[in-house]
Amino acid sequence: MAYSATTLDQTNSTIAPPDSPARQAWRILKQDRLASAGLIILAVLILIAIAGKWLTDTQTGFDPATVRLVDKLRPPMASISDLVPTEERPALGFYLLGTDDLGRDVFSRMLQGSVVSLTIGFVAVGIATVLGIFFGALAGYYGDKRLGFISVDNLIMRFTDVMLCFPTFFLILTAVALLPPSIYNIMAIIGLTSWMGTARFVRAEFLSLREQDFVEAARALGLPAWRVLFIHMLPNAMAPVLVSATIGVASAILTESALSFLGFGVQPPDATWGNILSDGKSYIFDAPWLFFFPGFAIVIVVLAFNLLGEGLREALNPKLRSR
Amino acid sequence: MNPVLHVSNLSIAFDIKGRSTTVVDEVGLYINAGETLALVGESGCGKSVTALALMGLIESPGRVNGGSVKLQDQELINLPESALQDIRGKSIGMIFQEPMVALNPLFTVGDQIGEVLLRHTSLSRDAVQRKCLELLDQVGIPDPARRINQYPHEMSGGMKQRVMIAMAIACEPMLLIADEPTTALDVTVQAQILGLIDQLQKDMNIAVLLITHNLGIVAQHADRVTVMYAGRIAESASVHDLFADPHHPYTQGLLKSIPRNGETGARLYSIDGAVPSPDQFPAGCRFSNRCPLVLEQCRESVPTMTQRQTSHYAACWQD
Repeated sequence: MAYSATTLDQTNSTIAPPDSPARQAWRILKQDRLASAGLIILAVLILIAIAGKWLTDTQTGFDPATVRLVDKLRPPMASISDLVPTEERPALGFYLLGTDDLGRDVFSRMLQGSVVSLTIGFVAVGIATVLGIFFGALAGYYGDKRLGFISVDNLIMRFTDVMLCFPTFFLILTAVALLPPSIYNIMAIIGLTSWMGTARFVRAEFLSLREQDFVEAARALGLPAWRVLFIHMLPNAMAPVLVSATIGVASAILTESALSFLGFGVQPPDATWGNILSDGKSYIFDAPWLFFFPGFAIVIVVLAFNLLGEGLREALNPKLRSR
Repeated sequence: MNPVLHVSNLSIAFDIKGRSTTVVDEVGLYINAGETLALVGESGCGKSVTALALMGLIESPGRVNGGSVKLQDQELINLPESALQDIRGKSIGMIFQEPMVALNPLFTVGDQIGEVLLRHTSLSRDAVQRKCLELLDQVGIPDPARRINQYPHEMSGGMKQRVMIAMAIACEPMLLIADEPTTALDVTVQAQILGLIDQLQKDMNIAVLLITHNLGIVAQHADRVTVMYAGRIAESASVHDLFADPHHPYTQGLLKSIPRNGETGARLYSIDGAVPSPDQFPAGCRFSNRCPLVLEQCRESVPTMTQRQTSHYAACWQD
């Protein structure tokens, strides 16, 4: 009988009601080391970007546009030349990540670039996700409704197919070439050309949710269609949306970098990781730090978002929860 | 006194691949306040579709082909969607077959019951909260203060069905539609749930449409019975009359198929054949290809509903 007390305790804990789905997902995510690493890296990066935004906007010691021709192409950790006037000296007292061909502090420029890159990533994906959910939900829920000769589902999904047929990057290049270059245009264009994947699987989710009893029950309670759609069905379709949005941020950052590298993106003197990289390519043998730091930052951010996305995919998928 | 629900000549068709198939044909029924009408029939005979039509929830490719549904003299067929939304959940409550999947897994039961009240009444949020606790107590859920913040996955099937009932009666409807409310539950819980529905019906004087294929439930819980076969009404009578003196051969067959105590060793009776699919219904009486008493007339013309006794009707050419 000595064991009875402990066994009882254990049975009690297994009888306790299971965690809510969100808490269960969080627990699985925490156990996934790669995903946790991605999450931590992103948290740190976001803090750096917020701090960077404040420092580069308000502190002259972190001004990314200050030109110091005497100190051009200095390597990382190099000290500041005596010829630089006091008010133009970087606040750290040395060039942490070196300087570029105009003597601008690469560390300050990287800080400014992190803000631009993350903002573009999040805003572009925000636009894409909202559009994708909107089109996908309409197509999935109102699928059979007919508008003249074509059903709603057919109309939206064929439009999606048409959008998918364009080679996206060249579509973006064309649009950017026609529009005045600005960070807002870039966000909008990346967002408007990357919603199709989200639309497709939101539609698929809604097609299956539509047949669920709780949706029928919601309608039998007299709730209006928009409430059934966005309050009852959408939260049940969010898991894959979250995963693809996370991975989407990574690809939006890559696209922005590529555009800036080609000179179509954010215009100088504003710095982004892409155009720091682009400036650095002419000095690839003389000043390798100019392309190494932005390139490395891009790789790290994209990797972190992808790891987090993969982790979320596992954590939110009930079929993979058996472990 | 007018009945709470009066359905006449209701026809529902499904248009599939350019062909129209009538699955509910000229169905008529009525329910008085405080009365339970059982709608009985095999799977696929149109019971659930009829129930959905009462709430205006028939979706493409289905459509209501004609007839009338009157809820206390208000015609519901062809009512605009917004007016129907005001009636659903308020004047008509519905309980679904499987409580496991009829509650949204992402909201607490309190949120879900409260949503109905917020939609149909002008109660404040505090009042809604109090009313939810009251309702949970009313449907016999112990410790409502704790249960109100729980998610559906933290409850048992019977408990979820009680929550569904609480949602259905939240706005004190005139009509409660229970679409096989106990099929997914085990037998002891079945009895509790049906007892609860009976109790609430008495307290609130609701008309109940009980859809089932279990004749045992009908005998215990219904006042009148309407038997459906292949989309048409076969027979309609009070529970006592139907069990004592069934007039339609289909009803007779159903009653003979119930296993009884003390009859061991004998083979259980079953009606020959199977229900034909809706596009292969025989002309004339739809039961004619399985009926043991079939006449020549049955194969050619559709039998009309005739009165057999006071409030006992059957659609059969036999007397």
